[in-house]
Amino acid sequence: MTDPAIAAHGLRKSYGDKVVLDGIDLAAGEGTVFSLLGPNGAGKTTAVKILSTLISPDPASGEIRVGGHDLATTPQAVRAAIGVTGQFSAVDGLITGEENMLLMADLHHLPKREGRRVAAELLERFDLTEAAKKPASTYSGGMKRRLDIAMTLVGSPRIIFLDEPTTGLDPRSRHTMWQIIRELVSDGVTVFLTTQYLEEADELADRIAVLSDGRIAAEGTAEELKRLIPGGHVRLRFTDPAAYHSAASALPEATRNDEALALQIPSDGSQRELRSLLDRLDTAGIEADELTVHTPDLDDVFFALTGSTNVPAQPNQPNQPKETAR
Amino acid sequence: MSTLALAVRDSSTMLRRNLLHARRYPSLTLNLLLTPVMLLLLFVYIFGDVMSTGIGGTDRSDYIAYIVPGILMMTIGSTVIGTAVSVATDMNEGIIARFRTMAIHRGSVLIGHVLGSVLQCVMSVLLVGAVALAIGFRSTHATALDWIAAFGLLTLFALALTWIAVGMGLASPNAEAAANSAQPLILLPLISSAFIPADTMPGWFQPIAEYQPFTPAIETLRGLLLGTETGHNGWLALAWCLGLTALGYLWSAATFNSDPK
Repeated sequence: MTDPAIAAHGLRKSYGDKVVLDGIDLAAGEGTVFSLLGPNGAGKTTAVKILSTLISPDPASGEIRVGGHDLATTPQAVRAAIGVTGQFSAVDGLITGEENMLLMADLHHLPKREGRRVAAELLERFDLTEAAKKPASTYSGGMKRRLDIAMTLVGSPRIIFLDEPTTGLDPRSRHTMWQIIRELVSDGVTVFLTTQYLEEADELADRIAVLSDGRIAAEGTAEELKRLIPGGHVRLRFTDPAAYHSAASALPEATRNDEALALQIPSDGSQRELRSLLDRLDTAGIEADELTVHTPDLDDVFFALTGSTNVPAQPNQPNQPKETAR
Repeated sequence: MSTLALAVRDSSTMLRRNLLHARRYPSLTLNLLLTPVMLLLLFVYIFGDVMSTGIGGTDRSDYIAYIVPGILMMTIGSTVIGTAVSVATDMNEGIIARFRTMAIHRGSVLIGHVLGSVLQCVMSVLLVGAVALAIGFRSTHATALDWIAAFGLLTLFALALTWIAVGMGLASPNAEAAANSAQPLILLPLISSAFIPADTMPGWFQPIAEYQPFTPAIETLRGLLLGTETGHNGWLALAWCLGLTALGYLWSAATFNSDPK
């Protein structure tokens, strides 16, 4: 087996007493999308900053290799292999989009003509040709993000770090960004993606690691992660406490939420199971005010794994009761 | 590519970037020129006759000759405030993080700022020098060699203050803080021999005025342009320039190379 594009062992980082990354292992195969998924403050950005040589890991960390190069001993070789698009746009707002691109071409030591060609091509590809002569500070959020990625691509990096590339983008820009990421991967580029959107990881990632409080709570494909928690459920909501209580006694297997007057009944959402549930409600003469069918998705994994500090990531455990599905 | 070739190439790219900024947004640099020019006009046209008597001259033209070397040095102090501000602003931009993750010469970001700042100082000195010429300043004494030495001194002083300003910019969390911490660079000339001779100041204060970086530089420039006695000031000025350059460089490099916040 060839070296994975990114391999980190026991990655640690703390600021004073505050432990941000508590010894995490990461491995991203070449030409795949690896997604680090986690809520705000989980340590995603810190992980990207370390892997992209921006900050140094704690000395207690294990070996970290990016693009086959040791991060600690040959950071310049790592830098030559990677491209980074951070959470906050890394464009020079004072100069135009085109000047930003030519700046990158110069820093990658491309010959003048080739630099201009690459810049023009990428501006075209990211739909920025029209805005090329305007200062980057006048760009919209989506345009800045596209310029940011275009600048990252000038050096044709084999490994690209994207730190929350769609945070703050409107739905259309987000889909454009997803398309861009898919194209990158089809060219054989390895993408290390951080996101707080489960949908995004589900949509793009080959492997997902769920980061919570500086630890990897779970890792696997989207399918594997979904399998970590049991099937979906049906949620019944009542406005009348009396109806709620009689329903609760008619359905003893349900998980109760007395405050919300809601019941959760485990169910795979199939027509047969739904009918049998409805029959039981009819027999008991109960009418719920709201019935929703909930199939398991990464949200469930996410909440189950990141909900409390030490949720055991064991399959086939009863689902954690929760307030909202989405 | 050898390390040196890489350093030259990347630094010149960074210099071009900084000059592009300066050219596109000249207001910061021009605003900073206002202080030395206003002080020059104020001291010559409003206070000139009294000041002239004070230095034993006959009319305000004697005082023009006295004040211009100080004003030129002050121009450098004023220009590098802009450097501290632009370095601090730059460090808060995402693009610096991008530079740090690229396989470019590590110091090129700072070298680009330093070269840009020195060039701006030279431009500013030329502009203020032109104003001085326009209101009647004439070098009575300088030979070609003196002019070259004067230019060299101004450049070296600009380099020294620039490195200090870059350090201040790097150590400041934002542009406002950088502007504040760089204030002394424009206040120091006020307590130097720029406006009145140091030996006319209160006795306890004279050592401060005489040995701070501006006075030796100003006295040396006066000697070169007007043929006044410089004494040990030439060496003192050189020592200050080299010392401040080394200090500013080490400070800046240490700050820049530590992990960003």
